[in-house]
Amino acid sequence: MKYAGLLAMPAGFFLSIAALILFPAPVPRAAFVLCGLAVEGLGLAVAVRGHMVARGGSQS
Amino acid sequence: MTPLLPSPAVQPMTEAVFSLTLALLFLAPLVIAGIALINTGLGRSRSAAQALLGNLAILAVAAVAFALVGASLAGGLPGGRGLAFHAGGAAWEWLHVGPLMLGGLGSSPPQAQLGLLFEFLAVVLAAMLPWGSGADRWRLSAGAAAAAVLAAIVFPLTAHWIWGGGWLAQLGINFGLGAGFLDGGGASTVHVLGGLSALAVVWIVGPRKGKFPEVGLSTALPGHNAVYVLFGCLLALIGWLAWNAAGAILWLHAPLTSLAVTAVNTLLSASGALAATYAVTRIRFGKPDASLCANGWLAGLVTSSACAGLVTPGQALFIGLVAGILTPLLVELFEIALSIDDPSGAITVHAVGGLWGILAAGIFASQAGQLVAQLVGIATLLGLMLPLIYLLFFLLDRVLPFRVDPDGERLGMDLHELGGGAYPEFVIHRDESYR
Repeated sequence: MKYAGLLAMPAGFFLSIAALILFPAPVPRAAFVLCGLAVEGLGLAVAVRGHMVARGGSQS
Repeated sequence: MTPLLPSPAVQPMTEAVFSLTLALLFLAPLVIAGIALINTGLGRSRSAAQALLGNLAILAVAAVAFALVGASLAGGLPGGRGLAFHAGGAAWEWLHVGPLMLGGLGSSPPQAQLGLLFEFLAVVLAAMLPWGSGADRWRLSAGAAAAAVLAAIVFPLTAHWIWGGGWLAQLGINFGLGAGFLDGGGASTVHVLGGLSALAVVWIVGPRKGKFPEVGLSTALPGHNAVYVLFGCLLALIGWLAWNAAGAILWLHAPLTSLAVTAVNTLLSASGALAATYAVTRIRFGKPDASLCANGWLAGLVTSSACAGLVTPGQALFIGLVAGILTPLLVELFEIALSIDDPSGAITVHAVGGLWGILAAGIFASQAGQLVAQLVGIATLLGLMLPLIYLLFFLLDRVLPFRVDPDGERLGMDLHELGGGAYPEFVIHRDESYR
């Protein structure tokens, strides 16, 4: 689960980079960059959740 | 007062500016001394000598690794060439390959030499930040190896992108995003990278023995010397004033007349953060918490690294206040809700504080597109560098295990790794969990 989250984070980065190339207008570009950051945030949340699950498993 | 902005044209450095910048860079290592004291004070007494020796060892290893390989990739010295790909009508310079082992340093322009000295200090500080998070269970040899990885690969890549004319620095020219990604004091290259490295280390080494019992809340394992921690904060302030001023000259090309404002902003950001943390911990726990206040103070300084040269004093105070409110709440959240055992608080202070500073620099910028440039920088640090750091540390852990064996953790890192304690005349108490 942690690795899935960490793998999702570069996807968010590439989404942000794609925004610079695909959208010359400022508003869609900013929105797309924010979407990329949101994907990264989701990936980080999954990675953190994976860490917590792994810790719980190692304790029991 | 109008916000300070980097001047568009880079003027050749005069002798006076060179001398001043060099003097500032000689004061900047006080930040490193302060962080070393804080890392040591926030750990256990039975690991104090190992903690402080570890800071020194990491400093040495990071400096050597950066000199041998990292400086070549960072691209601060002339003589190399950048590797770029073309997309969207722009060149994306993502890597620089220059002479190894500081070739051409003596003949390079004065500004490049000073920039390289700044990068040496920055890489050392970035490598030291995760050490405090792995306190009391991270082996010294593994910590030094991780510092080498950071100094040879991770830091140079980021430094080149931001300070060496790489693709993040070129966002303004290529895509009209303000002045490109701005970071005068190393909030991204030093603090966010260091803080994210701390997160990777904490994930890999796991929590200290007895930190998270099977039943109930996490156990408080307070730092052994609040005096070290608070004195470290004072030392760090002196160094930070010099660090931010030198960074403003080197990376933002700020005029000398703006340096006093940069210093005032640094002080205000730290002061606002301390006041906010003091108030939050006073309300939350009934009394102010010394170590959390130290963390708040540092978080204010970290945010100032990103924006002290770019904002007004009022904005710097506000940015510090926000950092000071966030810090104690996030330290508690990470520990209790997310099971992250971070003795020095580096993840909150340096990673979150640095990200907030970078974002704030974009929010308060007067140039169109600057906020998007800062957001792209944040996306790069979080989305690309964190997975890269975790991957590198994960592989390193397979070769050189990070975590000390259970017997070493029981004895304390001083006895286990050094054969003697930092305080031989004092009785060192064992944990309840080992009785």
